[in-house]
Amino acid sequence: MKTATNLKFTGYRRPDGRYGIRNHVIILPVDDISNAAAEGVASLIKGTMALPHAYGRLQFGEDLELTFRTLAGTGRNPNVAAAVVIGIEPKWTDRIVKEIAKTGKPVVGFSIERHGDLKTIERASRKAKEFVQYATELQREPFPVKKLCMSTKCGESDTTTGLSSCPTVGRSYERLLKGGATLMFGETSELTGGEDIVESRCVSRKVRADFRCVFDDYTNLIKSQGVDLLGSQPTEGNIRGGLTTIEEKAMGNIQKIGRCQVKSILAPAVEPKGPGLHFMDSSSAAAEMVTLCAAGGSVVHYFPTGQGNVIGNPIIPVIKLSGNPLTLETMSEHIDVDVTGILRMEMTLDQAADHALDVLEHTVNGRFTAAEALRHDEFVLTKLYRSA
Amino acid sequence: MKHGILLHEPQDDVGVAVTDLKKGATIGALTLEGKAAGKVKLISNVPLGHKVAMRNLAKEQPVMKYGRPVGKAVQPISRGAHVHTHNVKTLRWAI
Repeated sequence: MKTATNLKFTGYRRPDGRYGIRNHVIILPVDDISNAAAEGVASLIKGTMALPHAYGRLQFGEDLELTFRTLAGTGRNPNVAAAVVIGIEPKWTDRIVKEIAKTGKPVVGFSIERHGDLKTIERASRKAKEFVQYATELQREPFPVKKLCMSTKCGESDTTTGLSSCPTVGRSYERLLKGGATLMFGETSELTGGEDIVESRCVSRKVRADFRCVFDDYTNLIKSQGVDLLGSQPTEGNIRGGLTTIEEKAMGNIQKIGRCQVKSILAPAVEPKGPGLHFMDSSSAAAEMVTLCAAGGSVVHYFPTGQGNVIGNPIIPVIKLSGNPLTLETMSEHIDVDVTGILRMEMTLDQAADHALDVLEHTVNGRFTAAEALRHDEFVLTKLYRSA
Repeated sequence: MKHGILLHEPQDDVGVAVTDLKKGATIGALTLEGKAAGKVKLISNVPLGHKVAMRNLAKEQPVMKYGRPVGKAVQPISRGAHVHTHNVKTLRWAI
């Protein structure tokens, strides 16, 4: 059986003591209008990756803070060896650079005003070249399970996710937790109908109250819009796959945490403090949620899917698990862990978890996931409300 | 594959079709632990992943899956029928 003690992981030890399993040099735009310069650098310098996104201008309040936290957290993620940050003006650029610099990794910022795109691309490219040469010299070294930080979220769920791929992750999470790993889950809206189960798993009265607060905030937001989520939850994809109600969907979703207890409640894109299972307040939209987990320091992600969500992430590998035979038949190129044997009663949950942990081990050690090979690089910031 | 329906809990009102099931066929159901949970004659086609009623359900009755209510019947549902959005609605949010 694959357990926390016989998993052999290797990764890149970062100056802050965390371990990355990929070794990216990222070119990070602070705002939408700096995407072109960031992409210019990435197209010039081999081994770098631009992370274009749609926001970063005229945001305010908690929405702005979340954008800062997500961008800085992306740069801070242990899968990132070094970061070049490019913004339109120096002040917000520096704010992100300073947060990334706290990890001790190489980072530098450039601003476009008073230079223009072309000179900025030249200056940033020189630095990016240095960073790539630094990163390509780094070597993998063994690291224990207790140094692993990972996340999970399912997508395009159906009844098969609740029967097979989600409980497979749950069983794997139970074993990783025993080894002292740091684990995350989230998807506030998709707990509706099963929120009492998550509440009952919270380790203390304080954590239970924190969870209730986050869940009620979300419920109140929906009410304040004078709407409900019928038509969005379950999604049309979920319904096509046989899920009828949000409660049914939530019960499937919650299988991902197995019998683990919840140690803390995190605001979106916040790094968990210490090992254990942490709940992150987050959207259930796949690319947003995985981007938030990566900003919180997750280095790899388990993604159960029923109908076949194809999402990936630019800085963390996303491992897809599916137990839906039709999905395996029609879109197998997207699936890393086939657990269709559970539906045929040919595979137990423990055997499925062995398979999932085996694929996790290979992925940690450098093997590309399906989403990585297929260039699924969705980097999507969560927007809380409209800009000024 | 001798079974065609899986149940999360033995007493659940609905089971999941693990393959496309045809109206008129008599299909065996199993729990996740592999225990036999009886047979049911289908009165409608039920596609892979969709639910089958394991017993008759009255209008307004909660529908049990995972050993918990996951919705309520909005019309009487007969044993062997396809159970989905046409006959079950959420207990959450106003409808």
